[in-house]
Amino acid sequence: MTTPRFISMEGIARRYPAPGGGRTTIFEDLWLPVQRGEFVCVIGHSGCGKTTVLNILAGLDSPSEGTVIVDGQAISGPSLDRAVIFQGHALLPWRSVLGNVTFAVRSRWPDKPREWVEAQARRFIALVGLAGAERKRPAELSGGMKQRVGIARALSIEPKILLMDEPFSALDALTRGTLQDEVRRICLDTGQTTFMITHDVDEAMYLADRIVLMTNGPGACIAEIVENPLPRERDRTDLHRHPHYYTLRNHLLDFLVTRSRTFRDSPPPGYDRRHPPVVRPGAAPQPVPVPETGDTLPLAQFANRRHP
Amino acid sequence: MTGSLTLRAGLLSCILLTAFLVVWHLATRGAGVAVEMDPEYAALMGATATQGVSAMPGPLEVGATLWRHLRDPFYVNGTNDMGVGIQIAYSIARVGIGYLLAVAVAVPVGFLIGMSPLMSRALDPFIQVMKPISPLAWMPLALYTIKDSGLSAIFVIFICSLWPMLVNTAFGVASVRKEWLNVARTLEVGPLRRAFLVILPAAAPTILTGMRISIGIAWLVIVAAEMLVGGTGIGYFVWNEWNNLSITNVITAILVIGVIGMILDQMLARLARLVTFPE
Repeated sequence: MTTPRFISMEGIARRYPAPGGGRTTIFEDLWLPVQRGEFVCVIGHSGCGKTTVLNILAGLDSPSEGTVIVDGQAISGPSLDRAVIFQGHALLPWRSVLGNVTFAVRSRWPDKPREWVEAQARRFIALVGLAGAERKRPAELSGGMKQRVGIARALSIEPKILLMDEPFSALDALTRGTLQDEVRRICLDTGQTTFMITHDVDEAMYLADRIVLMTNGPGACIAEIVENPLPRERDRTDLHRHPHYYTLRNHLLDFLVTRSRTFRDSPPPGYDRRHPPVVRPGAAPQPVPVPETGDTLPLAQFANRRHP
Repeated sequence: MTGSLTLRAGLLSCILLTAFLVVWHLATRGAGVAVEMDPEYAALMGATATQGVSAMPGPLEVGATLWRHLRDPFYVNGTNDMGVGIQIAYSIARVGIGYLLAVAVAVPVGFLIGMSPLMSRALDPFIQVMKPISPLAWMPLALYTIKDSGLSAIFVIFICSLWPMLVNTAFGVASVRKEWLNVARTLEVGPLRRAFLVILPAAAPTILTGMRISIGIAWLVIVAAEMLVGGTGIGYFVWNEWNNLSITNVITAILVIGVIGMILDQMLARLARLVTFPE
């Protein structure tokens, strides 16, 4: 295989019983591969099922159809391999900063000695710049600091995949920028595979290696996968001087403004849900050819064969 | 006025108390010699008839009685003459035992009801029917089955403390924030750790509210229960002094009941403050 799929969503759908009988389909037939070490952002309007996709990936929700395969294994529930940073930080308010992080570390390594657990927790609290605030309760922290604790808690269990559900949407612009910088630094340094939900175009452009565009729900699907043409070493301050910056930004905005609405009813010719077109704004937008090898097989059929 | 609110409120409280005591004193004061009569006959008739003194004791008499009780609260001069401290101790012991038994039942069962929608639905009709029953209505049944008046009083306290704690525990457990449970799920936290480290602390303020309501009800009910079962306790003391026509002692006991009730409530409030977390 040329591109080993670390995460593979294979034809997942989520349907809910509709009020008047029948079923509402939030999204269906979603196919998405993610490579190890990749930072993927999903963009779409409210109601397209982004959060549901993330919850399925986290194991908190299960798809009505299809499977998600992570590292060769179908997901059957939540796992310590996949850490979640929640939108509303979800800290336990009766525990201190240190208590919140040690709770996670202790869950991951129940048999390690107390000192080790505390040292691990302190290391990650320091990593997000909160050293010295270990004894504080969440109520004593600002919104940005709370989310930092949420990030430290997720990273402290050293997960294979980091899942983020609009983690910065409740923060002010300045705090959001700082936290984006830190998340980017940490993910680059550790080669963390990250899957993030957002509706902020600039956030996606700054953080992601690939940006997944989802059409409006109900019945949402992946319209295309945008490869980020910006260099991997990015600097927030002169990002907008990059020749492809506005090409990319306009492409994303165009999608959110019009194409997200019209895409489902009039998909481009040759559109295949299994292989959503991969585009690279700046270069001439063209679907990346899919190799005609075993790679086109869903990984589910693959997983049982050790030597394909 | 620049005094703090606490200071001014305290001052106002003192003024109100003084006014009440003065009115009380004036209202029960003797009006002087009402009828001329033979001194020996007057002694026989008592001050009420001869000097217009009200049968209701004044604040000074009650104060003196209260002082006498507080100075020697633990004397025992026989079954019908024991210090008010001993009577209170009996009542507190009964409330304590019945209440703790209720805690031991209500918190685990409430946990079960709160965690399981099935149990919640299944037990709801029973709880709804049992909750509004006056605890004293259980008394005859308890006396008949238990055949011991002391244990029956404890049972009545148990049954009346049970419901507020049960309902509040179930509610607190059922309404633990979904995101906290999701945190526990993504961290693969086991059921025991989840119950003790996530659900219990999250529901503790609600549980403590139920416990505080329960201790209040238990203290209300113990007086009535002891009036029925007799023998010992502050409720029995009140009833006994009524039979003795000692209104002074009855008023003293009422005061003591109020103060102890307040102390019990404050203890639970203090405990509730310990487990409350700011969001």
